[in-house]
Amino acid sequence: MTHVEQPSGTRRDFLFVATGAAGGVATAAAVWPLINQMNPSADVQALASIQVDVSAVEEGSQLTVKFLGKPVFVRHRSAEEISSAKDVDIDTLPDTLARNPNLAADAPATDENRAMPGAEQWLVMIGVCTHLGCVPLGEAGIYNGWFCPCHGSTYDTSGRIRSGPAPENLHIPVVTFTSETVLQLGASA
Amino acid sequence: MSGIPHEPYEPKSRLEKWIESRLPVLGLLHTTLFIPTPRNLNWMWIWGIVLTFCLAMQIATGIVLVMHYTPNTSLAFASVEHIMRDVNGGWALRYVHANGASLFFLAVYCHIFRGIYYGSYKEPREITWIVGMLIYLCMMATAFMGYVLPWGQMSFWGATVITGLFSAIPLIGLDIQTWLLGGPAVDNPTLTRFFSLHYLLPFVIAGLVIVHIWAFHTTGNNNPTGVPVRTGTPKEVDADTLPFWPYFVIKDLFALVFILVVFAAIVGFMPNFLGHPDNYIEADALKTPAHIVPEWYFLPFYAMLRAITFDILWINSKLAGVLTMFGSIAVLLFLPWLDTSRVRSGRYRPMFKVWFWILVVDFVMLTWCGSQPPEQPFVIMSQLGTLYWFAFFLVVLPILGIVEKPLAPPASIEADFREHYGTGEDAMARAAMSNPAE
Amino acid sequence: MTKTTIFAAIAALMLGATPLIAQEHEAESSPGASPEDTHSGGHVTDFGFSFEGPFGRFDQAQLQRGLQVYSEVCSACHGLKFLPYRELAEHGGPAMSEEQMIAFAAMHDVTDAATGETRPATPSDHFAPSNDPNAPDLSLMAKARAGFHGPVGLGFNQLLHGIGGPEYIASLLHGYTGEEKTEAGATLYDNPIFSAGWISMPPPLSDGAVTYADGTEATVEQMAQDVAAFLMWTAEPKMMARKAVGLTAVLFLIILTVLLYFTNKKIWAPHKGSGKHA
Repeated sequence: MTHVEQPSGTRRDFLFVATGAAGGVATAAAVWPLINQMNPSADVQALASIQVDVSAVEEGSQLTVKFLGKPVFVRHRSAEEISSAKDVDIDTLPDTLARNPNLAADAPATDENRAMPGAEQWLVMIGVCTHLGCVPLGEAGIYNGWFCPCHGSTYDTSGRIRSGPAPENLHIPVVTFTSETVLQLGASA
Repeated sequence: MSGIPHEPYEPKSRLEKWIESRLPVLGLLHTTLFIPTPRNLNWMWIWGIVLTFCLAMQIATGIVLVMHYTPNTSLAFASVEHIMRDVNGGWALRYVHANGASLFFLAVYCHIFRGIYYGSYKEPREITWIVGMLIYLCMMATAFMGYVLPWGQMSFWGATVITGLFSAIPLIGLDIQTWLLGGPAVDNPTLTRFFSLHYLLPFVIAGLVIVHIWAFHTTGNNNPTGVPVRTGTPKEVDADTLPFWPYFVIKDLFALVFILVVFAAIVGFMPNFLGHPDNYIEADALKTPAHIVPEWYFLPFYAMLRAITFDILWINSKLAGVLTMFGSIAVLLFLPWLDTSRVRSGRYRPMFKVWFWILVVDFVMLTWCGSQPPEQPFVIMSQLGTLYWFAFFLVVLPILGIVEKPLAPPASIEADFREHYGTGEDAMARAAMSNPAE
Repeated sequence: MTKTTIFAAIAALMLGATPLIAQEHEAESSPGASPEDTHSGGHVTDFGFSFEGPFGRFDQAQLQRGLQVYSEVCSACHGLKFLPYRELAEHGGPAMSEEQMIAFAAMHDVTDAATGETRPATPSDHFAPSNDPNAPDLSLMAKARAGFHGPVGLGFNQLLHGIGGPEYIASLLHGYTGEEKTEAGATLYDNPIFSAGWISMPPPLSDGAVTYADGTEATVEQMAQDVAAFLMWTAEPKMMARKAVGLTAVLFLIILTVLLYFTNKKIWAPHKGSGKHA
């Protein structure tokens, strides 16, 4: 570089290091927006949580909404569906876990751990078969729960897998009631 | 490649040898980075790095903008608003890209006028100059098409006016225009093809830039004296030059960052100053804006286009205007052969200097005229300005070389540098002699 | 001698053109007077908005008042189609609470894009487009108009006072003279701020047209400025972020420039004049 010997740690060295460091910070600050722009934009992030008014969903019927790009089943269960769901020995199930992110990961697949707390007539599940991702049909299959036509996975009235190739119970999304009749899917902003 | 004589690259480590014997890219990079550069380059030589930075910045911001833009007439405008409002940092990417085009052109005009003043277009740098002009033409096409993409009122109507010029060509004009537009008027086919070409051309520019650099590395850089580097002995080369790294890389970076301070201030505090409010209105084929104005960097040529308000012989005024506009750039292409002067640099050409500065004022005046409505006195000013532009290249330069009495350039670059800056080595040698213990 | 003659010739040409320029255009701003847009003799007032300048900020209370004016007066005809309802709860704008914004959105009906049915708007929906085909959408109106021009196209007024979009809007709303005329079956209203001098929009504001929630007196001038400020926000909700990032970038780049200046000096020193070395 220059032709002059210098003792180590001179003022000149510090200048070069400082300049190089500042240049590096400037470059990183310039590159970051180019990378961050690929992260979900504000309109996509806004749909990370939606509110659903369920007051119009009659007993024995189901509302399907799109959430995070997937269907979510909101079923208003009848007393019969609830009792047949409760009348099951958990240990006989292919998947004994609740698959409910609103509870601990090891919570067992009791109907109580699957339905909405304090409102067991409401069952909210992500309508994606845990086998290969098809959308199961409601009020179908021998348990009158859900039946996936793709490869024959059969779910009961609590959305738990009973027979067929699917490995897991239908997943429950992050969901709470914000009022008597309004569900919030996804965490609040 | 040939060029100024310098130490050849010798690969040292095993890895270096392994790469170099398979693809001599290390040697190429080394030669390019350490190329001997005239010592006396002044601040008008920094524009090259500004231009390279602008190209990289426009490509980078452009590629990420395309991830969110939709090239369809019913969605384009809304997609740009999506970028401005919802995409993370999208407002910054858009404003940097839009204002980056302005910085690009400001730098290219400074770069070109530097070339004209210091005779950088003269032998042996004619090819560098012509490739440079091709880059400039590609830049203009890129910028023109890019401005159409937001699909605002100015996007649409600017495209309508400029593509309409092609119909002035006799016989085949209308067919060419229809071919360009993809239909009878500017519409979706026009938008989609402009989008494709706007993405393509910057990479063509990048290739031309590599050729441009290759060319002036072969001849060596010009310098403010126009006196060539002495290549007789290595000692002479050393006296006239310094390696590009670190001397000129750091000098260029300093100038670049200073310019970026101003750029950041404009993007942060007045990002719409150079634009036109009408482009925030969605394109409407049924409603023409009161004044159709291109972006500022096209204004001088726009002024020349509108200056021809009369027929010339059998050529109607519209065609004459088009020919004048393209001619004003074509005349630059022939510059190396129009200038008859034996002296390269304008520094030593007193008469040339005067005419040159009038050209600069003329260019600025034409820029102003292009922004104004086509009424008096702007029409007469545009006409006189256009006349001078052509006269400078076609009349003044050829004559000047013959009648001018140039001053004597210095004997060498080393002599010029010493005159301006002294030489540290002299002072250091003296200091060493008086302090033998050091 | 040649140099002098040539420069004198240029100077003469320039000076000669000046009276011609002055004749073509009305007198632009005289020193000391406020900048004028003299289209049709109108005068765009340079209102001092809180968001102007590198350190300007939106006034949250003003934006809320402006939203009220838009909702109660302008939205009858004018749309705001690029603005999502959720933006109303964002930092730096009217900054409604989440619940208020959700309730506000639910007051408006939208046609669901997927099912085609009419339903209450959710935060992700946008404000409705214009009801009246002759009423332009207002989302970008503050950036789509220039309140200040010149002088003679040199751009100094805009450099000093800004482009003047919101000033134009506020002046227009306040600029009706009260005159009317009928032309080809349509009624036009005299407004010198408008480029054609006669505008087809009837004066939308009158004193007390809106009762402000915060108790501010709702004069026409007040409402005009408030809605203009609100429209500046709808046109550029990211303005605050832009100015903050701009300031940071400028300051940091200045530091880097200074560092590079000294680095450059140090590197070149052995080859120049005094040859100082550390």
